Amino acid sequence: MRTRILGLLVAALMVAGGASACGRSDSGGGGGSGSKTTLTVFAAASLTSTFQKIGDKFEDEHPGVKVEFSFGGSSDLVSQIQQGAPADVFASADTANMDKLTAANLQAGDPKNFASNTLEIATPPDNPADIASFADLAKPGVKVVVCAPEVPCGAAAVKMESVTGVTLKPVSEEESVTDVLGKVSSGEADAGLVYVTDVAAAGDKVKGVPFPESNKVVNTYPIVALKDSKHSDIAQEFVDTVTGETGQSILAAAGFAKP
Amino acid sequence: MSDRTVGLPRWIYVPAVLGAAFVLLPLVAIVAKVDWTHFGSLITSQASRDAFVLSLKTSAISTGLCVVFGVPMALVLARRDFPGLAVIRSLVLLPLVLPPVVGGLALLYTFGRRGLLGSTLDAAGIQIAFTTIAVVLAQTFVALPFMVVSLEGALRTGGQRYEVAAASLGARPTTVFRRITLPLVVPGLISGAVLAFARSLGEFGATITFAGSLQGRTRTLPLEIYLQRETDPDAAVALALVLVVVAVLVIGLAGQGRGTR
Repeated sequence: MRTRILGLLVAALMVAGGASACGRSDSGGGGGSGSKTTLTVFAAASLTSTFQKIGDKFEDEHPGVKVEFSFGGSSDLVSQIQQGAPADVFASADTANMDKLTAANLQAGDPKNFASNTLEIATPPDNPADIASFADLAKPGVKVVVCAPEVPCGAAAVKMESVTGVTLKPVSEEESVTDVLGKVSSGEADAGLVYVTDVAAAGDKVKGVPFPESNKVVNTYPIVALKDSKHSDIAQEFVDTVTGETGQSILAAAGFAKP
Repeated sequence: MSDRTVGLPRWIYVPAVLGAAFVLLPLVAIVAKVDWTHFGSLITSQASRDAFVLSLKTSAISTGLCVVFGVPMALVLARRDFPGLAVIRSLVLLPLVLPPVVGGLALLYTFGRRGLLGSTLDAAGIQIAFTTIAVVLAQTFVALPFMVVSLEGALRTGGQRYEVAAASLGARPTTVFRRITLPLVVPGLISGAVLAFARSLGEFGATITFAGSLQGRTRTLPLEIYLQRETDPDAAVALALVLVVVAVLVIGLAGQGRGTR
């Protein structure tokens, strides 16, 4: 029996190893030689697709520079940078987490706001609970999922409750926007509160229900080059690309608003 | 054990100590990080207490389910031989190597509102998603293989001599199971139950994917730690230490159970 389990584990390890080996040869195909400069960008998870596009453009315009991303929750990224993670640029999903970083004096120059995002209701494609307004979320029997107040999207949801005077009774307070979207697109929940850009990125897996009060709560995204960067000039150029025309058009196409 | 007198090669202590240090150092780091002056208030907040109670309650129920279903499963796997047994065993043990998030998704596609059984359950008025039942299902799913593995091992090592003797003396299968088989594998059953409890206590991925996260209902201790880390790392570390202490106590119990064999 024991050998069988061992066999199972070995098989699993081999699968994992094979997968990672594949990934390595893929990225190596781009010609990763030692002469390239690698710029490491820590960015909020909600920026994943847009920043990858901006990164590709940046690499085209800067031969010899390779941009690597680490996407995650903004507060996770801040604590990683505080613990000495080698990052050159930090882009946060809210100003609160950027404040944490500047309070620790890890920035080079002042953070710049480069985008903003508002909340939107997401429902399964067939909108089973007939949600048409923010107030509909409080109807009895409607299963609403929001982010927990501890994370930026949840803090925005709490503000939205006080702006509208509607008190939500969520069936779950998730750790991230992706978790909320997962519960909605699988049809477990009748509605969820996420960002406009998340609804756009989810395509036809969810239906977006815009509501007029949404512009009262705006989440601002700041970006900054980091003090401990070994390539501070390139880091600053990346920040300029994001705040400049290239970055702004890509962000706008994904549904982000101007800061 | 009779090999007490055989010496170990000396070099073996080097990797052994390195390995132990690798496991112990992170624990030391956690203890060093704890804000002891506020430790009491950090772990007694309402949210922390709710999470702690929910974790103990659900882990206990999940362990019970693991006993109820795991013992018969282990018996069939250890005592019967039929075509496809090896495949079935591998599949049953799959949650051991499956990322818990994948387990959570699988449960969602099974018991969720639009899942395989979900519409039937829904029609019967049973809703599982976002309830404590979902937490228990997630924990049982990931913990069951631990029970099956340790009990199947105990059953195989124990052999069937006494069972055969009892049966030849006219005992019925149920009597043999109750009077001979079960008492002989009690140590294996205990360590299996302890492992299942510990695994349930630490369950995170399947729970967050399948059950959601709401204070007092589905937000277990690991989920609370993950959430607290966002705003209050001190509380997260304090709670993490609580979880470590409970886990150490549980594993200590398991060691005792094994020692009395």
